[in-house]
Amino acid sequence: MFQTRIHGRGGQGVVTAAEMLSVAAFREGRYAQAFPSFGSERTGAPVVAFCRFDDKTIRLREPIIQPDALIIQDPTLLHQVDVFGGLVPDGYILINTSRSFSELGIGEFVRGFHAEHLCTVPATEFALKHVGRPLPNAALLGGFAAVSGRIALDSVLAAIREKFPAKIAAGNVAAASAAYEYVLGEMREAAHA
Amino acid sequence: MLKQTEGSRAVAEAVALCRPEVICAYPISPQTHIVEGLGEMVKSGALANCEFINVESEFAAMSVAIGASAAGARAYTATASQGLLFMAEAVFNASGLGLPIVMTVANRAIGAPINIWNDHTDAMSQRDCGWIQLFAEDNQEALDLHIQAFRLGEELSLPVMVCMDGFILTHAYERVDIPAQAQVDAYLPRYEPRQILDPAEPVTIGAMVGPEAFTEVRYLAHIKQMQALELIPGYAEEFRSVFGRSSGGLLHSYRTEDADTIVVALGSVLGTVKDTVDEMRADGTRIGVLGITCFRPWPHAAVRAALKGAKRVVVIEKSLAVGLGGIVSSNVHNSLAAPSTPVHAVIAGLGGRTITRASLHGAFADAIAGQLESVSFLDLDSAAVDRVLAREREVRRSGPIAEAVLRGMGAPGARIG
Repeated sequence: MFQTRIHGRGGQGVVTAAEMLSVAAFREGRYAQAFPSFGSERTGAPVVAFCRFDDKTIRLREPIIQPDALIIQDPTLLHQVDVFGGLVPDGYILINTSRSFSELGIGEFVRGFHAEHLCTVPATEFALKHVGRPLPNAALLGGFAAVSGRIALDSVLAAIREKFPAKIAAGNVAAASAAYEYVLGEMREAAHA
Repeated sequence: MLKQTEGSRAVAEAVALCRPEVICAYPISPQTHIVEGLGEMVKSGALANCEFINVESEFAAMSVAIGASAAGARAYTATASQGLLFMAEAVFNASGLGLPIVMTVANRAIGAPINIWNDHTDAMSQRDCGWIQLFAEDNQEALDLHIQAFRLGEELSLPVMVCMDGFILTHAYERVDIPAQAQVDAYLPRYEPRQILDPAEPVTIGAMVGPEAFTEVRYLAHIKQMQALELIPGYAEEFRSVFGRSSGGLLHSYRTEDADTIVVALGSVLGTVKDTVDEMRADGTRIGVLGITCFRPWPHAAVRAALKGAKRVVVIEKSLAVGLGGIVSSNVHNSLAAPSTPVHAVIAGLGGRTITRASLHGAFADAIAGQLESVSFLDLDSAAVDRVLAREREVRRSGPIAEAVLRGMGAPGARIG
């Protein structure tokens, strides 16, 4: 089982991101489950959504307490919510920001994790460019496909097309693809560093 | 067709496949996505020959369903929580009149304190209202139970409540197999009412009944529910032959063959319970699970048989009978072949409190060690309770309790789950 926890704020498409990730996994023939943290949704309030996938039926209904991966849609949450709580030692971290982990002030903290599992991506900028709105969720999923290797970009793009009407989907597909390439580039750079 | 979709959407599609003729709805979380989905299908024409009626309250929703059903239409509505309470008078009327309405209850806590999250208090508050109550373990079963509910309710002329955990199921995306229209048509015959308001053949439905006959009418309601116990296993079996999967039935046993300890539960928590039981089995603990799908009528004989070998029973209760403890455990206790078998009510998941494997594991281990009270509260924050009790001892005007508990807890937004 591979468990992803997505942190963001109300209005950033956090729940939709988890749903799309589950659709992407389903399209790869896997069993997947996505669910929100069930708060009263308020714009700007911290929101958590969860996605599990596995090769067999998923029965578990508890929230993801020990995630294999974290997608953080809003870096302002880093010092407000215990976003890293329970992350497994070889877990993946993807943060939506144009800054680096050290610039975010968490360089020391993430030192214990696998460097090649960590990445930041300016997903909001990709969203503004391709969608015209600051909704980073689809772009982050593209970046997540690259950094984690646990889901194919094509599956993510198919999930985006399934979730959104054609016109909005096209922009989000472009944003996700751009973020995917960006993360691959970052990873290549890190590998040569 | 296999789909990855939201539980509410899956139920909406299942209800549409049942060809309802009248859907009346009033929105309340977490049920709203279901009737929104159906409303869209009626508007687009995907669901034909169906009237979608927006009403001004839940009381009106059930009243319209009653009128529609009495006129011979296949009627459906959905609600939750305070909405179910607000329609309660009409809920009793629907069953008292013997009208086979199907209603989804997207289970949610009852206020005060106001709380939109999941538990079973709403459905349990109506457990003796005369409706059949079925509880879904996952979204596939929620979908399937609606199809079976129309079949069962219409055969008996009794209304059926399909209970699915609010948010945990209604808002979860998971894999479901949406049947083909031809399969549903093969399983669910046209509605042939036992009673109908027809100007060509006028009848009275809803006569006043005095002491001379009231007991007899109520007795017949009881008999009908008992008939459901006979029909449900057969309908589940027939469902399996048409749709190729097991869904419904009275109850399901899991790894109970040689179990000393059997955990009883209803609804979506069964998944987490089964995973916990698998972990404990791996350590050599003889523990199993009994999932109750049909809560009303209460499958007395089947529960008795399923719990026969148990040395102790642990019941996960998502509803608190204030002043007593557990509702399901009281029912379970009545069905035990050996009434001296300990039955532990574990009140869990109230108002959306997370039920984790770790906590369940602890409770089950305590039960096995003989250290679990007959009524306990999973993950109760005793310090929070003690603070309030201490203040009440010290100050006469101690203030509202809910606010006092919250004050002592800090910012819940910073927590996960």
